[in-house]
Parts: sequence; C-alpha cells; structure tokens
Amino acid sequence: MIKGNFIDNLPKVYGIYTGGFLAFIIIMAIAEQMGMSAKVIGICFVAFTVAIYAIIGWLSRTAQADAYYVAGRQVPTVFNGMATAADWMSGASFVAMAGGIYFKGYGYMALLVGWTGGYVLVASLLAPYLRKFGCYTVPDFIGTRYGGNLARLLAVIVLTVASFTYVTAQINATGTIASVALDIPFQYAVYVGLVSILLCSMLGGMRGVTWTQVAQYIVLIIAYLLPVFWISNKIGAGFFPHFMLADEVARIGELEQQFGFVANSKENLAMVPKGLAGITKAHSAVNATPWAFISLALAMMMGTASLPHVMMRYFTTPSVKAARKSVGWSLFFIFLLYSSAPMLATLSKLSLMDPTLSTGIIGKSVADVQAIDWYQNWNQANLMFISDFNGNGTVELNEFFMGGKAVVLATPEIAGLPYVISGLVAAGGMAAAMSTADGLILAIANALSHDLYYKIIDPKAETAKRLVVARVLLVVIGFAGATIAAMEIQGILGSVIWAFDFAMSGLFFPLVLGVWWKRANREGAIAGMALGLISGAGYLIWVRNGGSGFLGITQLTFGIFGSAVSLVSMVVVSLITSEPNAATQKMVDEVRVPSGRTILGKQ
Amino acid sequence: MSKQEQHWEKTRGLLMVTLAIWFVFSIGIFLFGAEMNEVTGPFGYPLTYWFTCQGSLGIFVILIFWFANRQEKIDEEFGFSERGDD
Repeated sequence: MIKGNFIDNLPKVYGIYTGGFLAFIIIMAIAEQMGMSAKVIGICFVAFTVAIYAIIGWLSRTAQADAYYVAGRQVPTVFNGMATAADWMSGASFVAMAGGIYFKGYGYMALLVGWTGGYVLVASLLAPYLRKFGCYTVPDFIGTRYGGNLARLLAVIVLTVASFTYVTAQINATGTIASVALDIPFQYAVYVGLVSILLCSMLGGMRGVTWTQVAQYIVLIIAYLLPVFWISNKIGAGFFPHFMLADEVARIGELEQQFGFVANSKENLAMVPKGLAGITKAHSAVNATPWAFISLALAMMMGTASLPHVMMRYFTTPSVKAARKSVGWSLFFIFLLYSSAPMLATLSKLSLMDPTLSTGIIGKSVADVQAIDWYQNWNQANLMFISDFNGNGTVELNEFFMGGKAVVLATPEIAGLPYVISGLVAAGGMAAAMSTADGLILAIANALSHDLYYKIIDPKAETAKRLVVARVLLVVIGFAGATIAAMEIQGILGSVIWAFDFAMSGLFFPLVLGVWWKRANREGAIAGMALGLISGAGYLIWVRNGGSGFLGITQLTFGIFGSAVSLVSMVVVSLITSEPNAATQKMVDEVRVPSGRTILGKQ
Repeated sequence: MSKQEQHWEKTRGLLMVTLAIWFVFSIGIFLFGAEMNEVTGPFGYPLTYWFTCQGSLGIFVILIFWFANRQEKIDEEFGFSERGDD
C-alpha cells in the first residue's frame, strides 16, 4: 500500500491515519470511563503518536541524495502545506501563544500578524524563484548566485546561528512535555524527546521529515481545535467560537472595568513564583503604541521570509507553480490554529474571571479556591498561585497568578473536560515541538553536510559518503541542542523571537536582492550578511547589557536594525564594486521564468 | 522589448500590487489601531481586535492564492509556464 504509487495514495493513507487517530481518542475516552488512570492515558497518547512517527520515519528511509535533501521533489501542494504548517508551528505556538495573548493582549497579537504576514513575502519574493533555482539548501542559492566559498560560508553561519537559537527552545519544549506526560525528570526527558526527533529524520532525511510532519500536523490541529470547540459549547459561548465570542470579549471588558487593574507592590510580587503572571492588560483594547506593534510584526514577517527551515520546504514541490500554491496552503493550515488561539485565550479568561460561571474564581473566597482539585494540581506543578495580599479573604484579579503554558494545558481541566482531552493536548504539543525541531536540525545538518562538507571541503565525495556525513551531523547537532536545552538557560518564547531577528539580519536582503536586483554582486552580499549579522547581534548584546537602544527597537526587534545595516551595506558595496559577470546575469534571468530546467539541474 | 523583459515587467507590477495590499493589512491599519478599535467589526468584535485575530490573517491567505493565480496567468501569457505538472 505504501510503496510504488505512494504519492497517488496520499489522501487515502492520511485519511486512514486520521480515522485511526480519532478511533484511538475514543478508545482512550472509554478506557478513562472504565477507570484507567490519568497517568497511563498521558503515557499512551505520547507513546502511541511517537511510535507512529518513528514507523513513518523508518518507512521513508533512503539512500538517494535527492530524496534525502528535497524529498525527491514530488510532495503535492496541499500535503506540503500541512508539512510546512507543522514545521512552522512550534512548541511555542502550540503551548505558549494562547497564554501570551491571555496576559498581554493586543501588544502580543503583533506576533499573530507577523507570523502570518511573512508568508506573503515568502510567496511573492522568494519561494518560487528558489524552487526554480533547484537548490538543496538556502546557502546553496547564495553560494551559486553570488559565487565563491566565502558567501556560501557566511550563509551557513547565519543559518546555523538562527536555527540553533530556535532548536534549543524546541528540544526544551519536547523535554517539558515528555517529562510531564511520562513523569520522568526533565534532564532525562530532554533526551527522550531528542531520540523521538531523530527517529523521524535520521533514515529518511527530508523525505522522512515531510511525511512525519504531515502526520504531526493532523495530531496537533485536532489537539488544538477539539478543546476550543468543546469548551465553547460547554460554557454556552457558541458552537462555533470564532464567529460567536463577541459577547464574551465584551463581557471580559466589563469585568476588567468592574474589578479594575490594581498594581501589586514589589514586595508582594516577590512572593509570586517565577514565571507566573497576573492579568494586568486589557483583553481586547489597544494597549500598545502603533510603532511597538508594527515593529514587532515587521521583524517577524521579514524573519519568516529568511528562516531556512521554512524556505527549504518549498524546494520539495514538483514545480514552481506548485511552490507558490503550496505557500497559500501552508498559511491556510497555520491560520486554522492561529485564529483559534485568541478564542482559547478568551474562553480561558472568561471561565476564570466571571463570578456568574461555576468555574469563575475571582471574587470567591480564598479558602474555597484553594480547595479546588485543579487548583491544587496546577499549583503543585508551579503553574498557578493565589495569595491574599489585601487580607480580605476573597480572590481579587491582582491576586491570581498563572503560567503562560497553563492557558493551553489547564483550561480543559478547569472547564471540566475529561482527562482524555489533556492527554490529547500533550500529544499535540509534543507533535508541534518535534516537527519544528526536526525541520531545524535537518536545515542545519543539511547546510553543513551539503554546503560546508560537499561544496567547500570535499567536492568529489560520493553520495553514500555525503549521506553518512549528513546523518552523523544530524545526531551531533541534535545532542548539542539537547545538552544546551538541558541547562535551561533561556525561556522558550524569547529565544524563538531572537531566531527570527538573527535570520532577517543576515539573510533577508541577500536572498531577496539575489532575485530582484541583478546588480547585486558577491562583495555586496558578503558585506550584507557579515555586517547585518554582526550589527544585529551587537545591538542585542548592547541592549541586554543595559543599553538604551534607539528608535524604540528592543531586544525582540533588533533584526530591524540588523537588516537595515545589511541593506545599506549590500547596496553600497555592490555599487562601488564591479557588476556581476554575464553568466551570473543570465542565471538571474533564467531564475525569473518558471519554465525550463532548474539552474543547478543544468550543471 | 524582449518577451522576457515584458514578462518580468508584468511580474514586477503584480509584486507591487501584492506588497501594497500586504502593507495595508500588516502595517497600515495598525497605525490607527486605537481609533479603529472604537468601531464594531465583523461578528461584533472590536474592529482592530478582529483584524489581529482573524481579519489580517485571513486576508493574507486569500492574497497568496490570488497572487499565485495571477502569476500563473502572466506566465501562461508569455509561454513561460511549466508543462503538465501540478
């Protein structure tokens, strides 16, 4: 069933898979009714889904370079869209995004706009042209378009800095979920997560990652949407939350007025466990300046278009036309989750805030709330905290604290959904973090094996040897990432945003101008990548060490400064040096039309 | 002007239109976020809030598919489209 015309059978194969997964959820629900413990259900969900991914990874094993690097360039548009959506939506999107919206409201929602708007840039400026180029990796494009090993090497460096920053956060997330679901210490759980990740990608490279990512998308989208719809129906907010929560949003606004935002004193806040926050910002009102919102959205959009693990997904489509359409499908599948996150935040907040709902805790007596089962569980997990600062015996809005992850992880339990949903959510979070980690590790390992080893160090290496090197690098990078993740240096979301800034600082303009400006030459690209990355990183270090920054550019948007430096230096250096030779100019002309063979296919 | 130059000129024109629409819904409207939020938008949500949750996101999805179709037409017009694969 799988071999031979597998591509033609895709809808059937994944249809059966989806049906099987739904049946598994129902079986677990029945088992819960019959008395299966919460812990066993959690283990079943994570173990079952990871086992499926591992089987797909094994079935996709390959010894061909084309299959290993670009999945044989035969992934249909819709399925590539699903794979990209899974590749894109990380553990942070899945676990932390609704929480961010819950706590920070409008100012945070710039990320929703930024992480979707970037795809317009991907579709119109880059993806179809890089697909026509026929490269295996993003540095492959830079190296061939501009020529020379230095340009290629710099692209590899930018890619590695950005992707590695990102991947430690993902391995961290798989570790967090594995440690909760399997009930093992985080330091070991990180390596359990890593082994699961490598099972998907080691044997089949891009081919393995593609087909596991499609499977992971199906799990994560079911795990995200099912609770949102269920909770909305259960509390009577409407059967289709996206279109029906206007009253709830307005009600939260009223409650905010009624309770008021009371600032806590420093001494009181010092008692709150680290990482937890209270509701201090309006839910639906505009609470950020236009520039704060726009600069964050802009940085995320340009970063999206420069992140190699996303771009390389469009190298796997059968044609240039398919690459364009595929970007549309990717964004559609991302939209399904992103448009649901604010709805989940709304439902979660209203459930907790509204005193007229049975789940509401604000305005209830402190002793009563502390006796609730779910409060005790999540308090123990260090994700919820109540303290009666003013000593009046009731919980006030400024006396209830929660971790960002709790919005996704705890809301089903708060709303009284069966535990099977919590198990499902754990499997979804695991899928989201694993799929992104796989894409990132593969992007780094491919760049190092293809561009550094094969193109620069040993151009005569045989395919078999190249693929061995690629796999060894995959494992080494994975372990390096896991080791850093186990040290728990940085939070999940902060490092994700930095990755976007690093990528846009070094790669955005060298990539875009490579297609859209024929005059761009090697010297310009080298200056653009090197100065962009250095100035971006320098700005970050400066601001982190107490620098005041300028133009309202913060440590979350330093890529705006980096990419501006990159643009200026690239244009200036290109213009003062000689224009690219005729062969390069002809190559750019050919990239601009979809028909004919790929550029690299001709060589 | 050669066929290829004409094709590229039309492609660039489409890019400009696409980027203009993209700019309006990712940056332009948020210059007036506070004012716009006073207005009631689709499904009864405050307008700016609706754009950040659904509006801009949905418009980007539609915009990409529209762009892809237009670009295909341009490629066909000049005989640069690929044959027989999708």
